[in-house]
Amino acid sequence: MSRPRTYKTECIVLKQLSLSEADRILTLYTPDMGKVRAVARGVRRPKSKLSGHLELLNQASVSLSYGRNLDTINEAQSIRSFRGIREDLQRISKAIYMAELVDGFSIENSDNYQLYLLLVDSLGWLERTDNTKLLLRYFELHLLEHSGYRPELVNCVECRAWLEPGDHFFAGGSGGVLCPECRVDSEDSLIPISLNSMKVLRFLQREKGFANIDVLSVPPDQLAVLERLIRVYIRYLVERDLKSAEFMNLISNARS
Amino acid sequence: MTNEGSSGAAPVSRLADEFNKLPGIGPKTAQRLTYFLIRMPEEDARSLAEAIIAVKERIILCTTCYNITEINPCDICTNVNRDQTRICVVEEALDVQALERTRSFKGLYHVLHGVISPMNGVGPDDLRIHPLLERLKGDSQVEEIILATNPNLEGEATSMYVHKLISPLGIRITRPARGLPVGGDLEYADELTLSRAIEGRQDF
Ligand SMILES: [Zn+2]
Ligand SMILES: [Zn+2]
Repeated sequence: MSRPRTYKTECIVLKQLSLSEADRILTLYTPDMGKVRAVARGVRRPKSKLSGHLELLNQASVSLSYGRNLDTINEAQSIRSFRGIREDLQRISKAIYMAELVDGFSIENSDNYQLYLLLVDSLGWLERTDNTKLLLRYFELHLLEHSGYRPELVNCVECRAWLEPGDHFFAGGSGGVLCPECRVDSEDSLIPISLNSMKVLRFLQREKGFANIDVLSVPPDQLAVLERLIRVYIRYLVERDLKSAEFMNLISNARS
Repeated sequence: MTNEGSSGAAPVSRLADEFNKLPGIGPKTAQRLTYFLIRMPEEDARSLAEAIIAVKERIILCTTCYNITEINPCDICTNVNRDQTRICVVEEALDVQALERTRSFKGLYHVLHGVISPMNGVGPDDLRIHPLLERLKGDSQVEEIILATNPNLEGEATSMYVHKLISPLGIRITRPARGLPVGGDLEYADELTLSRAIEGRQDF
């Protein structure tokens, strides 16, 4: 018995799936073990001691037992429930999108402390900022970086040539910007990007927190370009359309 | 160890595989159920098989409220003694049964068959949300919509989405009172809590 049978950690609840009678399988994102899938027994019953603490997108401290297939959650105590998100459908749809990205870009039992911090910090900002579109772009760029897919925005992603101002194209499949010469033979779908948009992206990528970004005011058409550009790259990486992105678009496009 | 040569005849592993597909039944339980059935008297087994087929053949969804029923429209939709001015929107048919047991709601229902759950691949179009909108547009009697989805993030998000769609119709929209603890499912609530929640509803 060298290995303890239980362990404690904290987590964000990324995903819930009803299992049987009253149980759910939860996907948790933890600071020290990355993504963990665990069973929460009896959690669908109103008198369950776990349920309120393990709400979707809650930050909670948890105690688990190792299991053959899935670990089991024994205790949970909510740390932060991000109420500012829960009362607004737009914010909910964006938080779910963040969770789906973390789920999609992470591997079970492979820790990524920076990604955990990014998620917690970004959910905190999502409660209170009105600059939610820029927040999502900031989140995406840093999630890509922490996952090893940092988009190249300074040099040409093919020949590494320094990019001259103007006339840039973002190549989704290459994960960066191409210089005019490399662009000629590229079979990628290319998105033209203005120098201003480039600068915004580089700034988002460079900043280590959202505070300095929150005060920026970026015009809607430029926001739309940035959104499309990163979406193309992420779509290329995960090889599917994210259902949460679809839902987020549905919510933000509907007249309210 | 289901497919190891001599261990079992094909019909046995086939039945175990079928059980294994059911919610909450793992390979061990599937095997136990299978061996239980092997020892069962033939007429009991036949009766079980017939019950399963009867459910599949006779149970349909009411095309008005989408509750499960044997006749279409269902008994609740055609019952003239029920309050035709109120529709309670729930996630699952099981929720209708839970609310019916309380006897405190006398109106009609609309079953969504799930909640918006993008992480599990479920968007609004996968639910019976648009039929609700059509139903309300075609029925001028309705004065109140009670959004009784579960009090958790996905349930709330679904209600907010439905609210957003139907609020232009100008019908009063309410939520059950907050007697229900966050995170628990409505179908598991005790009857008293559920009665209080449905009686003390508040404007959305
Ligand atoms: Zn180049
Ligand atoms: Zn009906």
